Amino acid sequence: MAQEAQKEKSMVLQKEMVEGLFNELTKVKETGKKVCYTFVPGNLSELIRTFDMLPVYPEINALQSAMRKLSGGYIKEAEKHAHSEDVCTYVKCDVGMMLKGNIGPTGQKLPDPDILLLSYTGCFTFMKWFETLKREYPDARVIMLHTPYQENGKMTPEMIQYMVKQLQEEVIPVMEEVSGVKYDETKLKSILKHSKEAGDWIARIFDTTKHKPSPIDAYFAGVYYIGPINIGFRGTPEAVEYYKELYNEIMDRVKKGLGPITPEGEMKEEKYRLVVEGPPNWTNFREFWKIFYDMGAVIVASSYTKVGGVYDMGWRHDPERPLEALAEYCMNCYTNLNLPQRIELLSKCITDYKADGYVTNSIKSCNSFSAGQLAMMREIEDKLEVPVGFIESDLVDPRYFSYSNIKNRLESYFQMLSQRKLIGSEKEPAV
Amino acid sequence: MKNPAEIIAQCRIDSFDLSYTKAKAWKSAGKNRVLIGYMPIYFPREIAHAAGALPVAIFGGGDRKQIIKGDAFYQSYICHIPRSIIELALDNHFEGFDGFIFPSICDVIRNLSGIFRQQKIGSFIKYFDFPQNFSPSIGGTFYQQEMQHVIDYITAITGIEVTAERLNHSIALYNKNRQLIEGIYKVRQDYPWRLTMEELYHVIRAGTVMPVEDHNEILEEIYTYVQNTAGTPQDKVKVVISGAFCEQPAVGLIKAIEEAGCYVVDDDYQLGSRMITGDIDTTSDRPLEALANAFLKQSQYSSSIYDVHDPKEFRLAKIVKDRGADGVIFASASFCDPSLLDAPIFQNAFNKMGIRYIAFQFSENINQYKVIKEQVGAFSDSIKLWEPEPDTLAVK
Ligand code: SF4
Ligand code: SF4
Repeated sequence: MAQEAQKEKSMVLQKEMVEGLFNELTKVKETGKKVCYTFVPGNLSELIRTFDMLPVYPEINALQSAMRKLSGGYIKEAEKHAHSEDVCTYVKCDVGMMLKGNIGPTGQKLPDPDILLLSYTGCFTFMKWFETLKREYPDARVIMLHTPYQENGKMTPEMIQYMVKQLQEEVIPVMEEVSGVKYDETKLKSILKHSKEAGDWIARIFDTTKHKPSPIDAYFAGVYYIGPINIGFRGTPEAVEYYKELYNEIMDRVKKGLGPITPEGEMKEEKYRLVVEGPPNWTNFREFWKIFYDMGAVIVASSYTKVGGVYDMGWRHDPERPLEALAEYCMNCYTNLNLPQRIELLSKCITDYKADGYVTNSIKSCNSFSAGQLAMMREIEDKLEVPVGFIESDLVDPRYFSYSNIKNRLESYFQMLSQRKLIGSEKEPAV
Repeated sequence: MKNPAEIIAQCRIDSFDLSYTKAKAWKSAGKNRVLIGYMPIYFPREIAHAAGALPVAIFGGGDRKQIIKGDAFYQSYICHIPRSIIELALDNHFEGFDGFIFPSICDVIRNLSGIFRQQKIGSFIKYFDFPQNFSPSIGGTFYQQEMQHVIDYITAITGIEVTAERLNHSIALYNKNRQLIEGIYKVRQDYPWRLTMEELYHVIRAGTVMPVEDHNEILEEIYTYVQNTAGTPQDKVKVVISGAFCEQPAVGLIKAIEEAGCYVVDDDYQLGSRMITGDIDTTSDRPLEALANAFLKQSQYSSSIYDVHDPKEFRLAKIVKDRGADGVIFASASFCDPSLLDAPIFQNAFNKMGIRYIAFQFSENINQYKVIKEQVGAFSDSIKLWEPEPDTLAVK
C-alpha cells in the first residue's frame, strides 16, 4: 500500500499562499482589485504587486486542469472552434476552459482580465495566445513587453535599454491607469529585495542535489518548489519564508542521508542520477514520475525548473536598478537562452551534480523547447560522453501520453545505464 | 531582352536553383563581395545591398531535396522547412555564403539559428529580432540597432562605408522592385488569366536569389507584358491565399489551386518581397530610421507581428475586398504554429463577416494533392453556385 505523502511545513505554507491568491481572485468584485493575466516565463510579478493587482497565469490553469483530468475535454472544445490539433495544448486547454465558463482550479469562476500583460519570453506562442484572448476579452487592456532574445548569448545594454523604455513609457503608464495606483519605485525596490532573497534560496535548494543521495528530485518535486515564484509570490516575504523553510527541511534530509520524497514516501535507493530537459507531462504526472522512482532514478537538475528564471548562474534581481532588473530577469529565462547557452547550462548541471545520464522529454506541441533538442542532445552526448535518453509526450493533451511506450523506452535506457555503471565500476582501481 | 515566355522559363530555373549559381557567380565577379542567406519571412534587403552584400532568400529544399540528415535534427511534429534547410547546409549548398539571418518569426527559426551556430555554418549568424513595440522612439530605435549589427557584420568583410546616400540608393531600387510587383498584382486582380500564379510565383522568387537591379529589369518586362497581353479568361472564382508565408507549398500545389478553379489574386507566399506596402522615404539623412518607420507603419499583416493595435482579420478582409476576391484559402504548413494559431482568429471573424474560406495544410515536400485539389474545386463550385446577396460580403 502506498505510503501517504508526508506533509512538510513548507507544503502547508505553499498551500496557504495559493489558496489565498485564489480566494482573493474570487472577491475582486468586492475588493475592486484589478486582475492581470500574464505568463510564467518573464513574469513581472513584482510590478503587478507594486500596483496591487492580482495575477492569473493561464499556463498554470492549464496544467492544473490536466492534473485534474479536465484538459482533454477543454482541448476538444477548442478544436471544435477551429484550433488545430498540432499547436500548443496549453493554449487550447485555456481557450477550452474559457469557452466552458472559465472555472479555475478551485472550482470557482475566474474573474475576467482587466489587463492582458504580454511580457512573453522565449516563445512566440505566448503572443498568439494573447492575440486570441484579446478577441475574447475586448475590454481588457493589452500590454506588450517585447523581450529580445539572447541570440548572441548576451544581454546587451541596448537590449536592456529597449526593455526599460517599454516599461517606462508603455507598461507602467497603462498599469497606473487601469489600477488607479501611482507607480512607486520605492515600493518596487522593496519587493525586489525579497525577489533577490528568494533567488538566493532557490539556487541553494537546487544545489542540494550535489549530495548523494540527492535529498530532492529537481524535476518532479522541483515543479512544486518553483510554484511560488511562478504564480506571483516572488517578491513577497511569504515566498522567502517558504524557501527558507524548504531549505531547512531539505538540509535536514541531507544530514540524515535521506533521498527524495515521492508520492509513495521516501525513495529508498538512488541508483541513477539524471538531468532532464523539457517540461513534464501533466496529464499523467504521477504515473510518469513513478516510472522514474520505481527504477531508482532521481532527477538532479532539469531545465524546466528554470523557465520562470535561471538562478544557478549567479544572476539575481538588483533592487537598486529596479527596471533594469525586471528586464534582465525576462531575458534570462531558460527558453530565452540560445541553444549554445542551454547546452552550457545543462552540461554544467550534468558535471556539477555528477549525473549518470541525460534524458529529453520532448513535448509534441512546444516548439520553444522541442526545436533543437535533438541537436542539443547529440552535442551533450559527444562532449560529456553521458548516455542520453529520449522520450516523447505532451503537456496537457492526454492523447499523447503513451504509458507503455515511455515505460519501455525508459526501461531500455535504465538497462543501458546500469551496464555503463557496471563497466565503470569494473574499470575503477581497487582500493 | 528575351520574350516573356523565355524570361519566365529562366525564372523557373533560377528560383529553384538550390546551388544558388547566380548568387555565387555574382560573388565571384568582384572582390570582397558578401553573400548572406536570410530565412523567411522578411529581411530589409536594402541594408545588405548598401553594405555590398547580396541577400539571398532561403526557402528550404521544397520537394526538390531529399532529406537524409535533416530528420535527425527535428522531431516528426516540427514543420518541414528547418530540416530541409539543415540538409542544404550540411550538403554544402551554402558554400560561399558568408552569413545567415534568422528573422524573428517563430521558435523553430529562432532555434535553427542556434543549430547554425552549433554547426558553425557561415562566418556570422544573426538572429534578427524585429521589434514588437511599434513606437518609433522605442521599437524603432531597437530595430535600427538590429540593422546596424547586420551592417557591421557585412562591412567588416566588404570594407564599404554605408553612407546615407548609398542606403537611399538601395532603398530606391527596392522601392522600384515593390512598385513593379504591386503593379503586376494590380493588373492581375482584374485579369488573372494573363499571368498564372505559378508564373508569377517564379518571377518573384527568382528575385530573391539575384541582384535587385537584374530583377527589376525582369519585372519591367513582365509588367509591360501583363498590361498589354489579352489572354483568355476562364470561369474561375478569385481567391486570396493566406498562411503560407514561410515554408512554401510545392509548385505543383500552387498550380493545382488555379487549375481547380481559383484564380489567386493575392497571397502571402514569399511575403518578404511585398512586406512593406508603399514606398520607403529615399530622401532622409537617416535612412535606417526611414527603414524602421516603414517596418513599423507600412508592414503587411503577418502572423509574426503582434497585431492587437491593427487586427489582422480586418486587414485580410480589406485585401479580399480591394482585390475583388470571392473568398480565402488558408494554406498552412503542417505544424506551423504562427499560421495555425492565427487560423481560429481569421475563421471566427470571417464567419461573422460572411467571407467564405477553406483551410488545408501542406508540407513543402509533398507533391500529391489530389484531396486538396478536390477541396479547392468544391470551394470554387460552391462560390459559383451560391452567389451570396451582395451585402453579406460587407467588410467592416
Ligand atoms: S509552446 Fe511551450 S513555451 Fe510556448 S506557451 Fe506553449 S508550452 Fe509554453
Ligand atoms: S513553417 Fe511556420 S513553424 Fe515552421 S519555421 Fe516557418 S513559421 Fe516557423
